[in-house]
Parts: sequence; C-alpha cells; structure tokens
Amino acid sequence: VSAAYDYHHAADLDDALHLLAKYEGDAFAMAGGTSLVLMMDNGLIRPGHIVGLRGITALRGIEQGTNGRLTLRALATHRDAERSPLVRSHCPALAEAFARVATVRIRNQATVGGNLAHADPAQDPPPMLLALDGEVDIVSLSGRRTVPLDGSFFRGMFETVVADGELLTAIHVPPLPDGARATYVKFLPRTVDDYATVAVAAVLARDDDGRCTHVRIALGAAGPVAFRAHAAERALAGRPVDERAIADAADLAAEASDPIADLRGSVAYKRQMVRVWTARALRSLIPRAAVA
Amino acid sequence: VTVNGSPRSLEIASERLLIDVLREDLGLTGTKRGCSIGVCGACSVTVDGELISACLYPAVFADGAAVGTVEGLAEPDGRLSPVQNAFIENGGFQCGICTPGQLVAATALLSEQPRPTEAEIRSYMTGNLCRCTGYQRILRSIESAAAASGNA
Repeated sequence: VSAAYDYHHAADLDDALHLLAKYEGDAFAMAGGTSLVLMMDNGLIRPGHIVGLRGITALRGIEQGTNGRLTLRALATHRDAERSPLVRSHCPALAEAFARVATVRIRNQATVGGNLAHADPAQDPPPMLLALDGEVDIVSLSGRRTVPLDGSFFRGMFETVVADGELLTAIHVPPLPDGARATYVKFLPRTVDDYATVAVAAVLARDDDGRCTHVRIALGAAGPVAFRAHAAERALAGRPVDERAIADAADLAAEASDPIADLRGSVAYKRQMVRVWTARALRSLIPRAAVA
Repeated sequence: VTVNGSPRSLEIASERLLIDVLREDLGLTGTKRGCSIGVCGACSVTVDGELISACLYPAVFADGAAVGTVEGLAEPDGRLSPVQNAFIENGGFQCGICTPGQLVAATALLSEQPRPTEAEIRSYMTGNLCRCTGYQRILRSIESAAAASGNA
C-alpha cells in the first residue's frame, strides 16, 4: 500500500510546471499512473506530492505535420497509438510496438509519454522509437528543448534526462526514408503479455542493387536502457544485405548487449537470443528471394 | 463519480486505489483483488467505457467519471446480461474467482467490437487469467454472447 501523498490536479501545462517547481524534490508527475502506482505500492518511491497531468487536454492526441512528421502528445494512451490510423499509416511496426505492451487494460491507462519517462529497459515502444529516429520535447518553466532518443535521452534503468521540474510533452517521429521498411520483434517464450526476453526493432532501406542505404537496429531488454546497436548498423551500411552481412550485424548486436540474468534467461542465453532475433528481424525486411 | 449508473459522492484519501474504494467504501465486492499488479484481470472494471485494472487505478482519476463494475451488468430487476447468460449456458467458469473480471472484460470487448473474430477475442482477453484454465469455455461463452446479440 502506498504511503500518503497529496494529489494536485493540474489544470494546464503551466499549472503543472508551477506545481512541479513548487514541490521540487518531493513531487512526481503522474500521467496514466500504471508505473508510478506500482513503484509507490512497493515503496520504491515515496513522494509527498503527485502532480496529476490527465486534465491537460493540450497534451492529448496524435497528429501528422505537413512535413510528414508524426507527433504523439505525451498523454496519448498506448491504445490510442496502436489504433491510430495516422500511426499505422506512418509505420505499421510502430503501431505494433504499442500494441505489444502488456494487456488492453494497461494500454488503456498507460500513456506514450509516461512510457518513455519511466525508462524501463524492457518496454516495447522505446526500441521502435529509437529505430525510427524519434525525438522528444521536454518543457520546463525556463523553456523547451528537443532531445533525440538516441544516445542522450535514456541515462540508466528508470532514468532519463528529464530533470526535476521538467515534463516530457511530445514524441516526434520523422518520415521514414524512401523505400524503408520497419519491424518490431519481441521474443516471448512464456506468455504474450510478458516483458520481452529480448526485443529488436529494425528499419532497413536498400537500393536497386540490394545495398543497404539506411539501417537502424535498436534493442530492448538487452541492457540497462533501450539502445541503438550502432556497430551492427555500420556492418550493414553500404553493403549488399546478404546472409553474411546479416550475420555480421547480428554478432555485433549481441556483442553490444549487456542484459541481466533473470527468470527469462541467463546473460549468455539472452545475448544469443539478441543474435538470433536481430538476424530474423533483418531478414524479415527483405524479400525472401533477395537473400543470397 | 457515477457507479453503475448511480451518482455517488465520497471523499477519499488521494493515495487510495479504485479497487479499495469500490470494495471497502461502496461495498461492491464483485471486483476481486488478485495479483495487485495489473496482470491477472480479476479487478477489471470500466471507467468511461474503457477497461482498466482497478488495482492500478488511483481512485481520484474516477472523479466525475462513470465507473462500471460486474454488479452493473445485470438489469436492475435482476435479469442477467447476454454475456452473463452466455457464461452460464456455456460453462464459462469453474471456481469463479476470475469470473467478474472475465464478464466485465468480455462486455467491454463486445461493446467495442460486437462481432469479434476468435483471434480478436483471444487477443483482447489475454489479460484475464483463469487459474482453472477454463479458457476454451470462456472463449465459447463470448462467441455465443456475440452471436446472441447479433440475432437480437
């Protein structure tokens, strides 16, 4: 059972930022609440104040700009994202990554912004958003900054660059390069609502000769944070995407991973699964006949 | 807050969860506490029509909203809903502890998608566990409820 806290219903974004500033150091922002409730129930955090964001209507919704950029506002739920025609037409694999999270009940309550801010390394959307070159808007009373997910956003397990007094307000996803295809694969040997044993998000485009012109490989549940496997990407860039190149990339992805041993497997097993599922993800992005 | 169609007014501590307010303050013990971490589905209820886990839902979120629990499925005169009847006719429960959640979830599914495919039922109902493992009959019950309301 959670320790007592004061709940402050923020009327708008400005109100929320003032409340966070007022109670700085003793406040958490709550969107859907699925993660915070569990963390408070377990005594992992004991804030004196919760700033409730759900009344901030300006932070809801999903839209696509004239430049083709997709924007998911922080309070869009996972269910909103998985069912949004805009998300599906932008990138079906992104809709799929949101749909793979837990169960309908969680996806009705949990928000896309909260998912990133929670920074659970085994969550589904982060690797897909990393592979799609996603970036986030972070707002405070002193201004707004836009931070790419790759490299700088996730700082550690349950830790991001979002500082006290700041709020993550939106996720932006640029249009995919011409001809690029994307996939999200989640290795689930136990139950379909489980966390991934390992997960791989990949985006790949090839020229007419079958050479890789664009590649992104991002891993989930393979380290303290979701991350891009840059060395694996470099192994493919400019090369014909054949079995040898795929095997090289898969080896490098496994080498880059730093999973924890838990009930889903040992470190060595999970590394091997990163190798297997990276190769499968990449193969799924090219027509069968084109794999030499 | 409106609970099963009746307006209710109550003052609660901000850290309390919807499941406890329903069970302890409102006496609606049909909503069961199972895993307490949003996995098992025994505490499935709807808020403004959306299925959620009452064990993960701060009660303050329901301020001004319409909450639906298993107690609200039947008609006020006691006539059971099509989903409830289908579960009885098809043996959709064994020990019964998961049944309130199964009924609420199945009802939410059919209001979103009145004629779901078997795959859609399986996908939507993934989060409602039955430790008796009576899943085939739960599936058949929902299919039968969908068919029944389709004929009506």
